[in-house]
Amino acid sequence: MNWPGLSPRRLLTADPGADRIVPPSGFTVWLTLFTAATMAFLTVFALALSLASGRLATSWGAELARASTVRISAPAGQLAAQTETALRVLDQTPGVESARALTEEEAQALLEPWFGPDLPLGQLPVPQLIEIREAASGFDAAGLRLRLQAEVPGAVLDEHARWRRPLVSAASRLRGIGWISIGLIGATMTAMVTLAAHAALSANAQVIAVLRLVGATDGYIARAFVRRFTLRTLIGAGIGTVLGLGAMLLMPEGDTSGGFLTSLRFAGWHWILPFLVPPLAATVACLATAAAARRVLGQLA
Amino acid sequence: MIELDNVAYSYGGEALFRGLSLTLAPGSFHFLTGPSGAGKTTLLKLCYGALRPTEGDLSLFGRSVTEMDRDAVAMNRRRVGVVHQDCQFLDHLPVIENVALPLVVSGQYSPEHDENLSELLTWVGLTDRAGALPAELSGGERQRAALARAVIMSPEVILADEPTGNVDWEMSQRLMRLLIELNRMGKTILIATHDLMLIRTTKAHVQARVLRLAGGGLYAAGSEL
Repeated sequence: MNWPGLSPRRLLTADPGADRIVPPSGFTVWLTLFTAATMAFLTVFALALSLASGRLATSWGAELARASTVRISAPAGQLAAQTETALRVLDQTPGVESARALTEEEAQALLEPWFGPDLPLGQLPVPQLIEIREAASGFDAAGLRLRLQAEVPGAVLDEHARWRRPLVSAASRLRGIGWISIGLIGATMTAMVTLAAHAALSANAQVIAVLRLVGATDGYIARAFVRRFTLRTLIGAGIGTVLGLGAMLLMPEGDTSGGFLTSLRFAGWHWILPFLVPPLAATVACLATAAAARRVLGQLA
Repeated sequence: MIELDNVAYSYGGEALFRGLSLTLAPGSFHFLTGPSGAGKTTLLKLCYGALRPTEGDLSLFGRSVTEMDRDAVAMNRRRVGVVHQDCQFLDHLPVIENVALPLVVSGQYSPEHDENLSELLTWVGLTDRAGALPAELSGGERQRAALARAVIMSPEVILADEPTGNVDWEMSQRLMRLLIELNRMGKTILIATHDLMLIRTTKAHVQARVLRLAGGGLYAAGSEL
C-alpha cells in the first residue's frame, strides 16, 4: 500500500485539522515524553562514555607503541656512570630510536603530584629514569634486559606495554560497550514508542472508524498519529539531551590522560553529536509509529 | 452507480445472505426493510465499501471493489454520505468540526467553507448547537448532525442506517423531509429501517422502492407498502 501521507514534507507541514482529530489526552503522551527524555539523557552519557573511552584507548595505545623506561637504582657515586653505560647500551641496541635520561626537573615534575613541589630530590635516593623511544620495528626486550643485567647491575627495563596493554584493551571494550548501550537504548526507545503508538491507535479504534466513515485514507490517519508521536519524541528527547548535557557540564574538567572520570565529557567537534540525538530519536519514533499504524490499521480494516 | 451482482456475505463461514443483486441508480430512492439480524446494516456497509462481499461482485461508481485497495475505497467513500443509527462522532470535537470532518480529511477544507457549513447547520436546525460537543446533543440533534456531515461533500449517494431509530415521530418526519429534499436535488438515497409507518408516510411524498431483506435473500416488498 502506498503511504503518501508519511512523506517528511507532509509530516513537517502544519496540519491543524489532522492534529485535532486524535484526542489529545491519554497516558501515551507522558509515556512517550518520559521515555524519549530518559533515553536521550542516557544516550548522551553513553555517547560521552564511548567517545572518552575511545580517546583514552587511542592515547594509551599511541604511548604504548612507542615508550619504555629504564630505571637505574644505584648508590649516589655510581648513578651517573651506570646511567652513561645504560645510554651507551641503548644507543647500540637495534630498534631503539632514541634514549635520554630524564633531567632532575622532569623527575621532580613526575613526583610532584605525590610529594608536592618542594621535594629535595638531590637529598633522596631517587632512581634515574631513562626514556626510550622505540623504532617502528621495536627492540628485543629480553636481549636488552640480559645485556643491561650484565653491564648495568642497577638497571631495570620497564616495558609499558606490560601494564598498558590490558588498560588499552579495557578502554576499547568500554568504548564498544558504550556503542552497544546506545544501540540498546535506541532499541528500547523504539519498543516503547511502538508500544505507546500501538496503545494509542488501539484505544482510538472508534476515532479511526469515524475517520474511515468520512473517507479518510490510511495515510491520512497514520500521519495524524505519526506526527503526534514524532513531535512528542522530539520534545522529550530535546529535554533529555539538554538535561544530559547540563549534568555533563557539572562534572569537573580534566585532561584526557589525567583521569577517566574527569574526561567523561565531549571534546572538540564531538559536542555536535548530542545535538543529533533529538532528531535521530524523532526519526526512530516516526518509523516506529508508522510501522505500528500500518499494522493496526491493517488489523482494523 | 452502486451495483451488487449475485453477492453473498458470510460471518464466520455462515452465510448471512447470498445471490443478492441490487442496483442503486442515480436519483433513486430506496427503503431497505426486514427483520433484525437479516443483514440490513451489512448490506449498507457493502454499499460504501466498509465490507467486501465473500462472493459475487460489488461495483462502486463503475469500479469493482476487488480492484480497489483501502485508499481507493476511502476515495470512493467521499462520494457516499453515511448516516448511522449510533451516529459515530469524534467526541472531543464540537458539532461544527464533526460536520466539517469529511472536508478536513479530504484536504478540501478552507475558511471559505465556513459559510456553507453555517448554511448546512441552519438547514438541519443546529445553528445554535454548532459549538456543542456530541455528548451534549439529543438523539434527534445527533441524527441531524450526522446527516449534515453526510451531505457536506455533496455526495452522490446517501446511505442511512435506521436514521430515525433513536428519535420521536416528529423528529423522524423532519429527518425524512430532509432526505426527500436531498433526493429531489438528485441524490440517491438508501434507507435501512424497520419502521413501516415511516415508509408509508414517506412514499406519499416520493417515488420510493421498498426492498425486504429476509431469509438470506432480497425481495421487492409487498403491495401493503
